[in-house]
Amino acid sequence: MKASDGAVPSAPSLCHHQAMQDSTNGQTTNLLELHGISKSFGEVRALEDAELIVGTNEIVGLLGDNGAGKSTLIKIVTGFHRPDKGTITWKGRPLEHLTVQRARDLGIETVYQERALADQQSLWRNIFMGREKTTRLGLLEVGEMRDETEKLMLDFLRFTSRAVTPESAVGSMSGGERQGVAIARALHFEAELIILDEPTMGLSVTETRKTLDFVRGIKAAGKACIFIDHNIFNVHQVADRVVVIDRGHTAGEFRTSEISVTDLVGCMQHLAETGSLDGGAPVKAGA
Amino acid sequence: MSGVEQAPAGASPEQRIGGHPGSDVLNAFFRRYGLQSGTVMMALILWIIFAVGSPETWLHRDIYSSLMSTVPVTQSGIIALTLTLVVIAGEIDLSFGSVMAVGTWVFMSCPQPELALIAGIAAGLGVGLLNGFIVVRFGIPSLVATIGTWFFWGGIVIVGTGSAGAGTGFAKGFVTSLLAGRIFGYIPAEMPWMLTFAFLLWLLLNRHRFGAHVYLVGDNDQSARMMGVRSNRVRMGVFGLNGAAAAFAGISSTIEANYFWPTVGSGAMLPTVAAVFLGGTSIFGGRGTIFGTFVAAFVIGAIEPGIISLNLTGFYTQVIYGAVIVIALIVQSAVRGRAER
Repeated sequence: MKASDGAVPSAPSLCHHQAMQDSTNGQTTNLLELHGISKSFGEVRALEDAELIVGTNEIVGLLGDNGAGKSTLIKIVTGFHRPDKGTITWKGRPLEHLTVQRARDLGIETVYQERALADQQSLWRNIFMGREKTTRLGLLEVGEMRDETEKLMLDFLRFTSRAVTPESAVGSMSGGERQGVAIARALHFEAELIILDEPTMGLSVTETRKTLDFVRGIKAAGKACIFIDHNIFNVHQVADRVVVIDRGHTAGEFRTSEISVTDLVGCMQHLAETGSLDGGAPVKAGA
Repeated sequence: MSGVEQAPAGASPEQRIGGHPGSDVLNAFFRRYGLQSGTVMMALILWIIFAVGSPETWLHRDIYSSLMSTVPVTQSGIIALTLTLVVIAGEIDLSFGSVMAVGTWVFMSCPQPELALIAGIAAGLGVGLLNGFIVVRFGIPSLVATIGTWFFWGGIVIVGTGSAGAGTGFAKGFVTSLLAGRIFGYIPAEMPWMLTFAFLLWLLLNRHRFGAHVYLVGDNDQSARMMGVRSNRVRMGVFGLNGAAAAFAGISSTIEANYFWPTVGSGAMLPTVAAVFLGGTSIFGGRGTIFGTFVAAFVIGAIEPGIISLNLTGFYTQVIYGAVIVIALIVQSAVRGRAER
């Protein structure tokens, strides 16, 4: 697709945001593309002509106020809501009827902070939740699952604080570690796109840092991620690209390598005040 | 419980880094086996009290032969084992007393004993699945739903039999010795049956996908569903198992008594439910063991003969039941609170 496509104006602005465009410059197919997505709930227009592109092995931060439409957009990606209008493509192929099951089969996995884990169960039982390794008779292959969990702990989780074993109850772990377990689980089962919905909410500074490290781990593992967080500093730290959603449509996007976090904050303030990313923000153009 | 004191109370994970390695091992042990150790300890303490108070009873083998026949079926220890799965899945089934009667009634209605046994257990399975269906399909809390079905099925049996009992003479032979025979003239058949149930249920719960899902559904149903666990099937499954076990226990205790009382199972609720919670199974779901329930069933079963052997009147039975259960729950809550820190 070309840069001029879509509803978002691509006129140059002080905020230096870009119109939605092929993030990989057209050389390879994007992992996920949503175009012209509209969704209403009765009288409420949750999304109108929204755009979202996620490149292969790209971390996309999703920013926007409460009620801007972030969750609705995510629920469309995960097959929970069906859009009234618009197209979704996965690896260049259009997806007609995306259901929750279909999305999971494709490798789209959402990690919800509160709903991801069973606290009283052991680490290995959580990693293999609903996807236990069994013999033909349904008997658990406990040893194998423990070993794989141990390997995940060494390769990805790298828990340092104390002796955590595959038998440790997940409830005894810290908030950041729990996020790590959920992310490790998604990676272990070959998720292509991991969606993190407010993963640092309610976490301490240390635990937030751990969580952000795990998000970087997704990138290192060659997978893609949509990262939703209220905290612009967190998003700026880990995302390759930030997409701004405002009142149901995509207001614009920034490459984090091309904008400082201070300028990004300024742009978001400008958006809140004027309802547009165009013009007037305290940003040096082309910085 | 003294070992628990080794761990610094309320230590945060960070504080614990510096702790000596032994405390980590102890912590891990109590996190996993704390509740079961507590149940075993309670059994030992009670046994010592009884044995000191009445050595002529408790150091003689007859009392154990008697317990081995009453605990598994009359006191419905076998049902306590399957009820453990129901409670771990975050549900409760209070209807099993009536399901015992339904299964036994169906058993008594078939002329051919082997067929009657199968039909009776199948009837229990069916009623259990129906319980599960009501809970799952209509979203009625199982506590309320199974109180309803408890009354209903109990009533059906009273109506169907005209409240008249019958002898179990028709089942003489294979079925009778299978369910209530004596091995070497001493060990009641009920005991190997309870061991078999315990082993198979342990296998199912700890080494089978179904059991893994039972724990997950009871711990966090929402996340289990999101991860593809078929929660409704799992919950119906545990209710079905409990119904089948109830019918088995009803038939077995009826054969042991040589007579079918239409009210069989009406006194089963308290000791059965008590055994599950005394065994360390969490009322909130997600946690519990077959081993704990097994030991606790014998503790509960030993209380009444123990009290009588101490020359106290039987009136004390209920007092001790209540005290044991309340103390056990308090200890569990304390152990659990520590394990989760």
